[in-house]
Amino acid sequence: MYDLIVVGGGPAGLAAAVYAWDSGLRSILIVERDRELGGILNQCIHNGFGLTYFKEELTGPEYAHRFVELLQKTGVEVRTDTMVLDVTPDRKVHMTGPATGYRVEEAKSVILAMGCRERTRGAIGTPGTRPAGVLTAGAAQRYVNVEGFMPGKRVVILGSGDIGLIMARRMTLEGAKVLACVEVMPYSGGLTRNIVQCLEDFGIPLYLSHTVTEIRGDRRVEQVVVSRVDQRRQPIPGTEMVFDCDTLLLSVGLIPETELNTRAGIELDPRTKGAVVYENMETSLPGVFTCGNVTHVHDLVDFVTQESQRAGAAAAKYVLGGEPAGEAIPLQNGDAVSYTVPQRVRPANVDKAVEVFFRVNRICGKSEILVTAGERRLAAFKRDRLAPGEMEHITLPKALLEGVTGAVTVSVKEAG
Amino acid sequence: MIDVLIIGCGVTGAATAMELSRYRLDVAVLERENDVALGATRANSAIVHAGYDPKPGTLMAKLNVRGCARTAELCGKLDVPYQNCGSLVLAFSEEEVGTLRTLLDRGIQNGVPGLEILSGDEARRREPHLSDKVLAALWAPTAGIVSPWELCLAMAETAVKNGAALHLETAVTGLERAGEGWLVHTTRGDFAARYVVNAAGVDSALIHDMAAPHEFDIKPSRGEYYILDKSEGKRVSAVIFQCPSERGKGVLVGPTVHGNLIVGPNAEASAPHDTATTAEGLDFVKRTAMLSVPGLNFGQSIRNFSGVRANSGREDFVIGFKAPGFLDLAAICSPGLTSASAIGEYAAELLKEDGLPMEAKPDFTLERRRTRFKELSSEDRAALVSRDPAYGRVICRCETVTEGEILESLRSPIPPRTVDGVKRRVNAGMGRCQGGFCGPRVVDILARELGVTPDEILQDRTGSRILVGKTKEAGADV
Repeated sequence: MYDLIVVGGGPAGLAAAVYAWDSGLRSILIVERDRELGGILNQCIHNGFGLTYFKEELTGPEYAHRFVELLQKTGVEVRTDTMVLDVTPDRKVHMTGPATGYRVEEAKSVILAMGCRERTRGAIGTPGTRPAGVLTAGAAQRYVNVEGFMPGKRVVILGSGDIGLIMARRMTLEGAKVLACVEVMPYSGGLTRNIVQCLEDFGIPLYLSHTVTEIRGDRRVEQVVVSRVDQRRQPIPGTEMVFDCDTLLLSVGLIPETELNTRAGIELDPRTKGAVVYENMETSLPGVFTCGNVTHVHDLVDFVTQESQRAGAAAAKYVLGGEPAGEAIPLQNGDAVSYTVPQRVRPANVDKAVEVFFRVNRICGKSEILVTAGERRLAAFKRDRLAPGEMEHITLPKALLEGVTGAVTVSVKEAG
Repeated sequence: MIDVLIIGCGVTGAATAMELSRYRLDVAVLERENDVALGATRANSAIVHAGYDPKPGTLMAKLNVRGCARTAELCGKLDVPYQNCGSLVLAFSEEEVGTLRTLLDRGIQNGVPGLEILSGDEARRREPHLSDKVLAALWAPTAGIVSPWELCLAMAETAVKNGAALHLETAVTGLERAGEGWLVHTTRGDFAARYVVNAAGVDSALIHDMAAPHEFDIKPSRGEYYILDKSEGKRVSAVIFQCPSERGKGVLVGPTVHGNLIVGPNAEASAPHDTATTAEGLDFVKRTAMLSVPGLNFGQSIRNFSGVRANSGREDFVIGFKAPGFLDLAAICSPGLTSASAIGEYAAELLKEDGLPMEAKPDFTLERRRTRFKELSSEDRAALVSRDPAYGRVICRCETVTEGEILESLRSPIPPRTVDGVKRRVNAGMGRCQGGFCGPRVVDILARELGVTPDEILQDRTGSRILVGKTKEAGADV
């Protein structure tokens, strides 16, 4: 019986395991499906990681390596090349791997840190033929950065998520011609710094309020048709542009990989598509915690690390100190806010303060983030600008939440 | 000289090859594509129809009803996913209730067992997600669902195991009567055969015209579909049809043997091989399906596809000898998948009647098993992985497909050469991430096992390269 099994050895799982060790657990197992630890960071060879957490600029593999080094100073056990197939409500973890074999391990606590997957063409229903040359930006990133192969030479990118933007630059640096980045929304889904550094610096046009309305080509992509869309995101006839290209990369969103959550019967939040969590990243299943992109999709790994440390510490507290007590206050999203993480807070279980992550559902200029309980205003935070592509966070002191009955709402009010 | 040369290795050609491989005959199958099952066989509703649609007295009626029973039996023997889930045809008006009675009558005449007209409430008790506007429904308990490409593969593999020769990437360019048989010109040289069987699907009229006077045209009709995620897979338990019209059996909602939900098709005239989807077509499918099952969540779509029906405008298949030694199994439109196994048997009968000597092979085997890690118990998984560690490495996480299963498929009688070929054999890449995760890993395994470089691996048909070269050298000529 392990104190803790961490499912996934990416940035979330690594930080959680290290922190759980530092918090006193001594029997910890990380299960990682790849042959190496680090998760998706291993294919993110660009820089820009760690600015918040390490106060320096690292590449993805470097960022992962920092935590692998920390891990090596602990006694945490690691099983790579091993996939977890099931976590049962009584915390039996079914896993399989060529060296591991098929086995079932029991744990006093579990941290789910499986990350996310990319939305696909099927999810957005792009019409046309189905040739080779249509692939997600993440798959293309793996081919280029890990396998050393080019998936195409003339590229259109649908969606302006961060991986798509990063791949626009990457493919260009490898000699491909990136013809356009096409975004259905009137704003980009990626970080501003990526728009600037990956598109603008390379003269790659970004078509906002546009989408791909047809894929052409028999065996391999030959053309894509791009159309402008109206306010309801419907293509406007007569606005078609045809691009001669051999590749369409998709960067149309990430979805938490919650298959294990579902099988375990863990409550999911339709807004984040990850588990509903308490202030300590505990799920609806006692002793099962979750962190990182399987909980809600982050933009910056630094915040994944912070969140995962909280999960690691909470798992240690759960194992060493028993179950946390106290009534939970629901956190709700109000105007302009699409979700909050955590979704529930137990003030009695909050140490000093609770960090709340959220996203806005539209671009907001100079604004106030309002935290209210019924009619009562608990706190307000000023921001110059908020965008859906940039996750926000606020810190709510414990004192603020004590004595609150009913739900707490986070909303954004634009000035003027 | 080849005794029987079959043109086309879709489900009809494969069934015929399998039936003929029971006998001491030299059988060859020519397939234009780089794998079997690449035409209508891989892109259809995947339904085993009960047989109340075809006009009584037609060959189609007979072969449909026979095929429905035969497919169920065959799937058991050949380890092909099949489920006898039954089907409902919905009526939304009194006029359509009349159509149900017509279908019931036809079904009874065709010998379809167990047909029954249910009230709207009875239908909703069976299928709680049905529209409350449904007045009545025709219940057909013998209908089922099947993996169409695996059925084709299983029959083709059985034929090959029993001695039939399969020639891939071999397109027929001409047919010439030569002595007692035929000289078949192809892109890979000539084949001499005593009998030629035309199972060329949407191109069956072209092949027919090479050997016999013009008799029929194929008027290709394209149907577009949605596949929804497994989270929608239990929305219905039987196949839900609307009343058929002259354009076809209409838009259906049904479970798939892989646990997903299939929704479609529409019917639009198209070019013979035009399997594109269109915004209009998909929108029509979506709106029409919602009439039957209003709660469908199209947000859970994981894939769209379309397939082309080999319609001839007739109410029957075109089956029979049309020139000496030339047998048409042509215009196999819906219910072609259901009928295929019966068409194969019937083709063998026709050849026998025509004088082809058929001596049974004592060592004919009708058996096939493949490992499905996902369906094994924990104990069986543990035993399998300890025996062969490759079964411990999960390659496709959505469908839980292991490296061992992929390697096993590469040792099968018709090994896959492409990423989609692997998908059709072991389901890798069929899930919600659509190969985003396993695609590069399958490319690696194929390259390693076939002894080629990753950029030579194809997605699907000939020419569908996934990678255009190595980094640092691919961009030179942009």
